[in-house]
Amino acid sequence: MLDIAHTPPAPKVIAGAKQDWELVIGLEVHAQVSSNAKLFSGASTTFGAEPNSNVAFVDAAMPGMLPVINEFCVAQAVRTGLGLKAGINLTSAFDRKNYFYPDLPQGYQISQLYHPIVGEGEVIVEMGEGIARRVRIERIHLEQDAGKSIHDMDPHMSFVDLNRTGVALMEIVSRPDIRGPEEAAAYVVKLRQIMRYLGTCDGNMQNGNLRADVNVSVCRPGDYERYQESQDFSHLGTRCEIKNMNSMRFIQAAIEYEARRQIGILEDGGTIVQETRLYDPDKGETRSMRSKEEAHDYRYFPCPDLLPLEIEQAWVDDIAAALPELPDAKKARFMSEFGLTDYDASVLTADVDNAAYFEAVVGGGSDGRDGKLAANWVINELFGRLKKEDHTITETPVSADQLGGIVDLITKGDISGKIAKELFEIVFTEGGDPAEIVEARGMRQVTDTGAIEAAVDKVIADNPAQVEKAKQNPKLAGWFVGQVMKATGGKANPKAVNQIVAAKLGL
Amino acid sequence: MSIDSETAAKVAKLARIRVEDDALPALAAEFNTILGFIEQLGEVDVDGVEPMVSVTPMRLKRREDVVTDGDIQAKILSNAPDAREGFFAVPKVVE
Repeated sequence: MLDIAHTPPAPKVIAGAKQDWELVIGLEVHAQVSSNAKLFSGASTTFGAEPNSNVAFVDAAMPGMLPVINEFCVAQAVRTGLGLKAGINLTSAFDRKNYFYPDLPQGYQISQLYHPIVGEGEVIVEMGEGIARRVRIERIHLEQDAGKSIHDMDPHMSFVDLNRTGVALMEIVSRPDIRGPEEAAAYVVKLRQIMRYLGTCDGNMQNGNLRADVNVSVCRPGDYERYQESQDFSHLGTRCEIKNMNSMRFIQAAIEYEARRQIGILEDGGTIVQETRLYDPDKGETRSMRSKEEAHDYRYFPCPDLLPLEIEQAWVDDIAAALPELPDAKKARFMSEFGLTDYDASVLTADVDNAAYFEAVVGGGSDGRDGKLAANWVINELFGRLKKEDHTITETPVSADQLGGIVDLITKGDISGKIAKELFEIVFTEGGDPAEIVEARGMRQVTDTGAIEAAVDKVIADNPAQVEKAKQNPKLAGWFVGQVMKATGGKANPKAVNQIVAAKLGL
Repeated sequence: MSIDSETAAKVAKLARIRVEDDALPALAAEFNTILGFIEQLGEVDVDGVEPMVSVTPMRLKRREDVVTDGDIQAKILSNAPDAREGFFAVPKVVE
């Protein structure tokens, strides 16, 4: 692993009417485990199925049904823990969290309060070159997701779909180490990135596969440092928890609003009531979820249906040995192996699919392509073009092989950079093998000096006045180069043209 | 620990079980009897004793990550007092 010394970013400071305030933020991220079947039943986890079709009797909490744990979900949680450099608990246990809601047929959620499967870890959240926040992870536990209630299909009824009921979630709990709205969003982005590399959560926020509860409090400058020294929470303000947000933008907006709300109360001489709040994206504000307060009495107790979960160190070691290269390591390698800039390496490693595409283009070993050239084409041409079409990398019409073919033609000198862009456009819109297109459409760069000389001679012969001017002002040679390029349909090798024009004009 | 009528009412409400006011004192008394018994168990010194989760040595049973169940929408909904368009229909829950 790379071990670059980072400078922590400055905490966000909000100026109140009376004084400055700082933010203290901790997150609970709920990440849906990527698996075929649910945590405790054999029903499918596929999104978007017919309502109540991905439901087994276990999920519907029919009397007498017993949960049987999906071992792959356990492996996924362990994999995630290892990816966050966290300790794995070889013995963990499941508890019942009791509350009453229509989309929770059991009347309790099976979770891990007392003995989570993953212990303390960390995430390095980069906030700029050389600037990063180290966010400590307190724990990750496995739990069941609830179903989905739909309130807008009927004026008097709520409709309940249990397809999501019992799907495995990982709840990733951070310490209150995050000091601003941007950091909070960047932390979620980083978690998502790592989990997508690990293949443990697809990170699809729109489908609700990644959601965050955010704990926000405010304190006076200096109080946070006192908390850090003593780990005594009494130095920090009372926190409020904003529930269930599934967009980076909402997370930031909700924190910003909530911090200002708390500052307003404190500066008016009031006190913050610890409570659960909901962010309303339409109004851009948070509001109290009073209904949840009473239900907060969860009466946890060990789940009598499940023995403790015991796993073997050797099994954990096997998972650790098979971990893929993670974003930080991959970025460092792209910089050292291919000489890419910090920015380019960040762009290429931002998502696991981007990185895989780039690696397929650049190839490997002795016949690998030039990394910088490949990076340039992937980032500037392909990503730029995809963005224009609103496509993601997985929807690219240009395969890594095709783009690699274009890069090869440039490297061999078969086509000029300008022609390469035309070729790319053809491959993007029409498809086809780049080398064959170049042959079939006569796009090959003319390096035959005889042909170029003939073209130069003609331009000189046709423009005697310009020749005279160019002799006075050598900068005009560029005009001749342009004319020759035009005459050859852009296929002449620009370097050769430059040399021949200069020689023929006697410059 | 002592349970009064007010706590008994709260527990009943959390469990969504209706208990008439005049039945609460008796319910509270029953709770107290049960809790008293548990408190008595608490007198046993279990320092250094691992909790026993099973009489015979047993390992938590695992399943493979294979879809083996589901696609029984009609059966899942068959006991529902009200179901529409494949959903359970329940009295409006307002947040």
